[in-house]
Amino acid sequence: MSFDKRIDGRGFLDLRPMDARVGVIEKADGSAYFKMGDTVAYAAVYGPRELVPRFKQNPKKGILRCNYNMLPFSGVGERIRPGGNRRSKEISMVTEKALLPVVLLDHFPNSVVDVFIELPQTDAGSRCAGITAAALALADAGIPMKDLVSAVAVGKVDDKLVVDLRYEEEAFEGEVSDIPFAFIHNTGEVSLLQMDGIVDDENLIKLVDLARNAALKVYEVQKEALLEKFKKAGDSNERK
Amino acid sequence: MRGNDEVQHVLKYFENNVRYDNRGLTDYRDISYDLDVVKTAEGSASVKFGQTQVIAGVKLSIDEPYPDTPNKGNLMVEVSLSPLASENYLPGPPDMDAVEFSRVVDRGLREAPALDFEKLCIEEGEAVWNVSIDIVVINDDGNLIDVAGFAAMLALLNARFPKVVDGKVDYHELTDKKLPIKHLVIPTTIFKIDKYFFIDPISEEFELSEARLTLTRRDDGKICAIQKGGNFPLKKEDIVQMLAISKEKFQYLLKILKEVN
Amino acid sequence: MGVVKVKDKEVVIPGQLLAEGMDFVPTGEAYREDDKIYSKRLGLVEINKRVIKVIPLSGAYVPREGDTVIGVVTDILVSGWRVDLGCAYDAVLPIKDAVNEFVKRGDDLTKYLDIGDVIFAKISRVTSQMLVDLTLKDRGLTRLIGGRIIKFPPVKVPRVIGKNASMITMLKKSTECKIYVGRNGYIWIDGKPNQELLLTKAIKIINEMAHTSGLTDRIKEFLEKETGQKLR
Repeated sequence: MSFDKRIDGRGFLDLRPMDARVGVIEKADGSAYFKMGDTVAYAAVYGPRELVPRFKQNPKKGILRCNYNMLPFSGVGERIRPGGNRRSKEISMVTEKALLPVVLLDHFPNSVVDVFIELPQTDAGSRCAGITAAALALADAGIPMKDLVSAVAVGKVDDKLVVDLRYEEEAFEGEVSDIPFAFIHNTGEVSLLQMDGIVDDENLIKLVDLARNAALKVYEVQKEALLEKFKKAGDSNERK
Repeated sequence: MRGNDEVQHVLKYFENNVRYDNRGLTDYRDISYDLDVVKTAEGSASVKFGQTQVIAGVKLSIDEPYPDTPNKGNLMVEVSLSPLASENYLPGPPDMDAVEFSRVVDRGLREAPALDFEKLCIEEGEAVWNVSIDIVVINDDGNLIDVAGFAAMLALLNARFPKVVDGKVDYHELTDKKLPIKHLVIPTTIFKIDKYFFIDPISEEFELSEARLTLTRRDDGKICAIQKGGNFPLKKEDIVQMLAISKEKFQYLLKILKEVN
Repeated sequence: MGVVKVKDKEVVIPGQLLAEGMDFVPTGEAYREDDKIYSKRLGLVEINKRVIKVIPLSGAYVPREGDTVIGVVTDILVSGWRVDLGCAYDAVLPIKDAVNEFVKRGDDLTKYLDIGDVIFAKISRVTSQMLVDLTLKDRGLTRLIGGRIIKFPPVKVPRVIGKNASMITMLKKSTECKIYVGRNGYIWIDGKPNQELLLTKAIKIINEMAHTSGLTDRIKEFLEKETGQKLR
């Protein structure tokens, strides 16, 4: 079987349609909703707040704590037992590492900034959607950040280099690589890089550039969502 | 952090038959819902009562029946207090509140019963449908039991059986067949502070409430679950009054449910 | 000469390039990296000749010496009271900064302030480790009895107070409510229910429109319309 075109008719380098909104969870200090194709992520930020137990506190700066979780009805097949598993623990950790380089917590010693990511519906690219939503929620919460982080997965399906894989592509019955990336916007530095599958060095290097270009498109959606929050209030201001 | 004087303060409002968000004591907030919000679920609903938001998702699976009910399908209900929803929730196993809410919503659906469990039987003693309802709180601004129960019922009404191929479920394709609904079930919780009764509290009011009584009713008006909560006791007269309020409020919510389908 | 990349009063996001050139000075939530100036918050950019300032539109309260705040007593200590300010850092109110008379060691402190009491205090000291001390010994500081606390975004608190206290004076006059505003984002109000409802509506508008101009006039219009009474 060969991979000649994508099930949803996209070009190999096209991302799925995206939708982003901030301020969607009223009780949270900051929050966001990010949708990429059929993958949906909510992110909420609480903090900086007191960190317990005290021995975990850092007297020099605040700490960032991320928790990624897939909701029981979010998987493509059977119900997922709640409570997280090794996979979600690992994703929580790499999410934190992806955001840490941009978050500025020097002015919040001994405190914690909690980022919670929950996905009600997934179709591949879930950790990327989570990181993208988390960056938005952190900005919404007013956490000082050098820059935004944008995430997207790229890969090689059969002999084609593709951007933003969906579930069927990840599950392709031939040689496949699924490579999630996260980029710091201004510098283009990579803060998340993992892979499931098989790839050769030459194609990996090509994929870095493809991922970077795709991440720039994700960034535009993030920027729009943050500005949208103030556009609406501003508009009604003018109409009066 | 609640100050000591906040209870006295809210009572001044109640005396004037008004609340912090300008509602009457027995008025609901704006209620809105969306069905079929989660593609990966066999049925789903997102519900908002004011700012309180929950998402309920139904997942179906085929399993062996329990030995004592060989011809009946099964139901499992879980309410989870997601850490998204409040500064008070942390990731981890369900705490006492989550367990209480889950079990109260479960009892109402199970006792009514909301589903005709015998119609969930595929082959007696061999294979039955298991229905799992997960209700996740996205934003907690009070009245979680009522909102969760309402969302669970909507998700059940929205759900469809997946295709079965060679005795195995094909989650990629849903049939047009809906679940065998026997009763519409809705919890109504009445809250009390001092001598005043009110419904659908915002989280501030919920924190100040002294007692609450959840009465879950089914479409014929009969009560199918009861739960008293809160640190203060209730007098018989209180219960009688709360029953009356619950009856009226149930009709209001039932009307909304009946519009679905 | 450098180039400014944004317009005055534009909403900017973290990492957004504001200006290029070494002669610009970043203040507020703007920062410099090499010859470029960026924002580190979601905020409003203010351009004043060569000074590029970013005013945050959201964010936690950071305790600062001299700030007047509203707190709730959460614990009784040997030397005073622990007070919750609704931020990452608790504060301590020492006995000597609350009470004028001599208090013997081991005396029951609850007769002065008990758990759950609300105070309008001033931050007298903040250490580098964010240990916060409060005092009640200054003009206008007091225990607040009755009323209720509303949570409000700390960065927008100046809008509730207004230039020369113009906004808060107008709110007090028009709604006849007692109002105390804490820099930590706690607003304490006390009045008749219908007047408080008017006040909370006005506060909600201030919250939503904090980033716009002409806010005082807009609120004046709103209050006059709702009460049917002209404000001076």
